[in-house]
Amino acid sequence: MFKLLLCWRYLRTRYIALASIVSVMLGVATMIVVNSVMDGFTSEMQDRIHGILSDLTFESVSVDGMYDAEYHMAEIRRVVGQYIEGMSPTVHVPAMLRYDVNGHTFTRPINLIGIDEATYASVGDLGKYLQHPDNRKQLRFTLREGGYDTLDHQAQDPSKLIPRKQLATAGWPYRREKARMQSQSAMPPGIWDTTIPSSQSVAKTPRESLPDDRINPFAARDANLPQQDFEDPAEHQSAGAVLGIALASVRTSEGEDRFLVLPGDDVRITYPRTSIDPRLEPEASTSVFTVVDIYESKMSEYDASFVFVPLRKLQEIRGMVHPQTNRANVTSIQIKLKPGVDLDEVRDLLRNHFPAQFYGVYTWRDKQGALLAAVHMETMILNILLFLIIAVAGFGILAIFFMIVFEKTRDIGVLKSLGASGRGVMGIFLGYGLSLGIVGAGIGLAAGLAIVHYINEIANLLARLTGQPIFDPSVYYFQGIPTIVNVPTVTWIVLGATLIAVLASVLPARRAAGLHPVEALRYE
Amino acid sequence: MSNPLSIAASQFLREREESERPPRRTDQERNRPAGSTSRASLRRGELPSVANPKALMTARGLKKSYRKGPIQIPVLRGIDLDIRSGEFLAIVGQSGCGKSTLLHVLGTLDAPDSGEVHFEGNRIDNLPAAGRDILRNRHFGMIFQFYHLLPELTTLENVLAPWMIAEGVWTFLRHRRLRRRQASELLEMVGLTHRAKHKPRELSGGEMQRAAIARSLIAGPKLLLADEPTGNLDKETGRQIMDLLGRLNRERGLTIIMVTHDDSIAALADRTVRLVDGRVKEY
Repeated sequence: MFKLLLCWRYLRTRYIALASIVSVMLGVATMIVVNSVMDGFTSEMQDRIHGILSDLTFESVSVDGMYDAEYHMAEIRRVVGQYIEGMSPTVHVPAMLRYDVNGHTFTRPINLIGIDEATYASVGDLGKYLQHPDNRKQLRFTLREGGYDTLDHQAQDPSKLIPRKQLATAGWPYRREKARMQSQSAMPPGIWDTTIPSSQSVAKTPRESLPDDRINPFAARDANLPQQDFEDPAEHQSAGAVLGIALASVRTSEGEDRFLVLPGDDVRITYPRTSIDPRLEPEASTSVFTVVDIYESKMSEYDASFVFVPLRKLQEIRGMVHPQTNRANVTSIQIKLKPGVDLDEVRDLLRNHFPAQFYGVYTWRDKQGALLAAVHMETMILNILLFLIIAVAGFGILAIFFMIVFEKTRDIGVLKSLGASGRGVMGIFLGYGLSLGIVGAGIGLAAGLAIVHYINEIANLLARLTGQPIFDPSVYYFQGIPTIVNVPTVTWIVLGATLIAVLASVLPARRAAGLHPVEALRYE
Repeated sequence: MSNPLSIAASQFLREREESERPPRRTDQERNRPAGSTSRASLRRGELPSVANPKALMTARGLKKSYRKGPIQIPVLRGIDLDIRSGEFLAIVGQSGCGKSTLLHVLGTLDAPDSGEVHFEGNRIDNLPAAGRDILRNRHFGMIFQFYHLLPELTTLENVLAPWMIAEGVWTFLRHRRLRRRQASELLEMVGLTHRAKHKPRELSGGEMQRAAIARSLIAGPKLLLADEPTGNLDKETGRQIMDLLGRLNRERGLTIIMVTHDDSIAALADRTVRLVDGRVKEY
């Protein structure tokens, strides 16, 4: 009984012990916050990476691809058919995207991906990230008659977002309006030399006597442009393309997206042709595509590089279709596995079956292995460092307890003279350490969970106070800081902190227990 | 005839912890005449002690020396002392003559280098720690020159401290009405009822010593060990404390061993022994 009472009294009268409570509390709170944020980031990132990458990617080593997707898919099905839920052939090729904004030509390196819109949805969540509701249900590479979302449909709280007003009119209405404006004022892009509006004919007259390439320094390039039929852009579109949002827009520091290209605009994509025909060297070729949708995975790496186009179109323009068999090459086959199947096991089965010099098989984790491993390592190291903070708090408790034991030496002697056992005296200090640990870890737990819950509000407040954005939505494509409270982790943190507090009190408690009553009574 | 200490001790042990030493004694052992030693000491070939069977406490040949570096400083050089039940004994001596050490050895706070201490016919100086804890808790009361109240507790809680130490949380809470009544009665007896809720630092020296006396009596001990109880008090207050001790001795039959350097205080006791050169000189 005296242990409990004295513990309680010491806790209430020794304010120095509050210092150790505070340090335990801070350590616990920080650990909870850091772990929650790191877990949130990891899981959000994994979701997104996995949403874009299929479970398994079966690739040809050559960018020319492998001949006959059907044959390979049948072969894969033969080897690991029982694990497979869906497959879709794709062509991945590095390429270059160009478009004009206010007379400037923007050029961006991209990953051009030809997808089969019929089967691609069965292997990945591309649809989820598109801006047109109908495309989210079933992607079509034809321009829609408006109806694009002006608010990010993935956001949890759309009311806080800045509306993307430009998307309100995107689609055919925008394309028709643009075509009408251009036909009135200027030449439509790509047909500079063929149509000269009458209003400019006077100015052009002296140049017409000069050789063609001196009039227009880009004549050579223009001649190489794919010869479009120059159909009326108000009524026809080129092959559709889905652009990553970071390719199509810039994000201001307020988090507003300013679109440079909208669904309905034409873009030019330059890509390498294949060398399937042995007589020809591969060369770059350029085609015009019409943007039909914008793709926002919120993984900046993907949003700034992925452009999706129809598979068949890409195969044709790259020369991947065999002229006699009409069968086309693909560079990879995306495979989705049934839920619960071990990815690595299936990967290894495929690796054993297909020779490694021609084919690569990767899980989505392998593809982003470095990134995931880096995040994992970061979490580990942060945890170790933060646990050291709690350990420091433990040493604080150790020191403070030794002080208290010295201060209380006479009282310990009194307790012993009244018949308290060494174990009982030890119990006072162990109980004291335990209650410090529990109180500190408890307050830390509450504080940590509160911070996690209000983390975005806190980040905003700090940003306003410091004038420095803590969490810049133009850098991260998340609207807020993602957090996940992992109950086992939090439990371990709290238990670990309490245990450290108890362990730190063991030495002082043993010393108190071992005091000789007579010497303790004489102690001044 | 039964042996009250071993009954109380074994009952108490049984209450507290089944496994704790010393082992419970059988009835046969318990019924052995007073003065016999434990079976273990018999096994070691020791003779039954020659303690005076009428004495409450007996010391025989107590020796104790302190070691200061290579030098041994003898403090007690063979003390023989009998304290009869109901006696008020004063031990006087100069500072540093070892009277406090003697009191600590008698009260099992310290162990003698050689010699024996018997309480109610049982040897107590070689008891294991748990047994000595029980003796101090239930059978001896102790008061000190500097009162030694616990500063975090109120007067009432200080008085209750021996019971809190003796009993676990649940037992104490179950008995708390009884215990509080006991404590209140004792506080009333020492005239501190109005100070029950005060912390020791709010009390005067005399009040603190009276609270300490109440604390020493709460468990109903037979023997009170007082270490210079008036040493830190003015004459008048010291007189009051001595009156209280005398009353306790007369009215309750409490046996008191008091250590003091002050002959005038010692004169108030029934019997005085003087400690000279680590030996007892009876007046």
